[in-house]
Amino acid sequence: MALSSEEIQQKIAAKFPDSTSEFMQIHDILTLTVDAGSIVEIIRFLKEDPTLRFNFLTDICGVHFPDNSDDKKFSVVYHMHNWLDNVRIRVKVFLTDTPVIDSMTSLFMSANWMERETYDFYGIDFKGHPQLKRILNMDSMVSFPMRKEFPMEDGGRTDKDDRFFGRTTDNI
Amino acid sequence: MSNLLLTPEVRFAEIIKEHKNIDGSEFSILNLGPTHPATHGIFQNILLMDGERIVDGEGTVGYIHRAFEKIAENRPFYQITTLTDRMNYCSSPINNMGWWLTVEKVLGVEVPKRAQYMRVIVMELARIADHIICNSVLAVDTGALTGFLYVFQFREKIYEIYEEICGARLTTNMGRIGGFERDWSDEVWKKIETFMADFPAVWTEFENLLTRNRIFMDRTINVGAIDAEKAMSYGFTGPNLRACGVDYDIRVAQPYSSYEDFEFDIPVGESGDTYDRFCVRNAEVRESMKIIRQAIDKLPEGSYTADVPEYHLPPKEDVYNTMEGLIYHFKIVMGEIPVPVTEVYLPVEGGNGELGFYLVTDGSRTPYRLHFRRPCFIYYQAFNDMVKGEMLSDAIVTLSSLNVIAGELDA
Amino acid sequence: MSDSKIKQVEAPEGYAGEGFFATKLSDVVGMARSNSMWPLPFATSCCGIEFMATMASHYDLARFGSERMSFSPRQADMLLVMGTIAKKMAPILRQVYEQMAEPKWVIAVGACASSGGIFDTYSVLQGIDKVIPVDVYVPGCPPRPEQILDGILRLQDIVKTESVRRRSSPEYQQLLASYNIE
Repeated sequence: MALSSEEIQQKIAAKFPDSTSEFMQIHDILTLTVDAGSIVEIIRFLKEDPTLRFNFLTDICGVHFPDNSDDKKFSVVYHMHNWLDNVRIRVKVFLTDTPVIDSMTSLFMSANWMERETYDFYGIDFKGHPQLKRILNMDSMVSFPMRKEFPMEDGGRTDKDDRFFGRTTDNI
Repeated sequence: MSNLLLTPEVRFAEIIKEHKNIDGSEFSILNLGPTHPATHGIFQNILLMDGERIVDGEGTVGYIHRAFEKIAENRPFYQITTLTDRMNYCSSPINNMGWWLTVEKVLGVEVPKRAQYMRVIVMELARIADHIICNSVLAVDTGALTGFLYVFQFREKIYEIYEEICGARLTTNMGRIGGFERDWSDEVWKKIETFMADFPAVWTEFENLLTRNRIFMDRTINVGAIDAEKAMSYGFTGPNLRACGVDYDIRVAQPYSSYEDFEFDIPVGESGDTYDRFCVRNAEVRESMKIIRQAIDKLPEGSYTADVPEYHLPPKEDVYNTMEGLIYHFKIVMGEIPVPVTEVYLPVEGGNGELGFYLVTDGSRTPYRLHFRRPCFIYYQAFNDMVKGEMLSDAIVTLSSLNVIAGELDA
Repeated sequence: MSDSKIKQVEAPEGYAGEGFFATKLSDVVGMARSNSMWPLPFATSCCGIEFMATMASHYDLARFGSERMSFSPRQADMLLVMGTIAKKMAPILRQVYEQMAEPKWVIAVGACASSGGIFDTYSVLQGIDKVIPVDVYVPGCPPRPEQILDGILRLQDIVKTESVRRRSSPEYQQLLASYNIE
């Protein structure tokens, strides 16, 4: 008998009633929002519980919402996959303007570089990560490029005349 | 002990100062630098060597970071295939079709069966092309150049098929929302039939050169092995995971684009070493050929694209001659198309494993956030763990067999 | 022999006689250099795969003299930069160029190497001519193997007509100085 979304929702809400909320079925993946403080226990529960058995961490990524309220500026999204019952789940954590969250490297070894990439792009601090330094950008970079306020193009380029592209220095 | 935040050269230099072997020799640092004939792509590995044996290593990636995810936030949906092309550039149609499937899931577009079968044919051709490169270049790294020159000729034939379909050889930018941009001419079908007639014998010859070749077997058996538990923890998917014995394939687990209509096996290995990865890829090429054969034989009648004028650019005759064509063309290019606000994660089976697209839309014509779950990036973390204690030449062969493509690694 | 389809290089202009052939030294040196250019394939991304196709048997590069792909900069004549060069990679490209022995030439293959290509971002170098002097630019994304061959043949034309004293001329020294290369 396949694992249904209602079952998963019931089990998680029963075990963690205070730190989980907003269970939604978006297309075919059950999505839930979790408090930052209890994320490691919840992911461990998802991984080790004998009925839930989410044995594979598919992806970790970050999203920046500059227009949200102050306690939801950043979000870290975990996608997990249960290979035995073929069910996916998405766990979202919302963080403040100075985002700090616990690292998942103790549970899954693939989280290492995925968290480094999220740190590199958004500046989200993963506590307990063994090697949290930049991975894709240059080590000497100071800003976090995927944040919405950071421009895509290099500011110092000399070969493109922005006047022909409808841009001046005022409306970058 | 050692501070992992320091650069590897500094960290290893400290270890060298502290450690002394019994016979008085010291460790040394080797820079398997970004430009190296044997690393196919640019990524650096600083290795701590005890003579010829690797004690520890640390990789540096990002030498071809082109900020795809940042660019994707500024481009409308139909311009993102130019980015997905350049991720795993050896099998770009798979990336493109994965992207179109993601967008179609968001917009709720139903693709006709014929277009789905055509997509399957193109994706399987791309998978064959990817495995051709990986296996022949693995052979080159062990010294066997003939296989590479011989099999690359058939990669040219696949390029010719792509050229007939969409005009480009490598970075194909193929497909549109709802199907393809134009119907396939008879020339395409003829070329595919010729390819299907000629290629199996050639692939058998390539396998005969290497699969029971004593030198190749000695160089690849028990080299770079990884067990299934560790591989799953490191996020392995695709042929690298199937070589460890786990038969996880997204085409079977979560079929997309009518894969459930086709019968094919999933080849698995046993020990997860280089030889198993080589054999799994060889077998996958044969399975892909089976799928293409079934798709051509069972191809249903129908249109090459879905009837979604609000997302699919109308043909130029309609744009210039009918009012509706003109309006739809204007709306699509100016971005007045209805896009729901939602988020979607769609995985496809890429040449290297689970290629996932996490798309968050906000109603405008550009994505709010697009994240690529790139298999190469995730399983490359395991490389330094896999080669601890191996000889340097074995590490090179392991790296080749992992099929790390720099475009997908850094994105 | 005479009805073979292979087109051979023509002898330079000169005066032939019984057992001798007199011509200019620069012509002979130019002919020898241009028909034996050993490339250093600096392949970073998609253009590298098109280069592999150029090197393979269908579009064979070896028939134009580039038989041996030298991966060591010290033994290479021309640097083929194929693919996007990110800012993280630029110092390494510079190092490889400086290690090459004179005479050396550079071909920028592809749009990304010529000008940054479609990647107008904070992390991509907008053209390798910001760090090293380039002789031939081959546009395309990726360029077809015929275009890459055309680029190499144009470079051969440049090499054939280059003066043997070019490397010590003040213009060349100025060019290198503008890139801060000694």
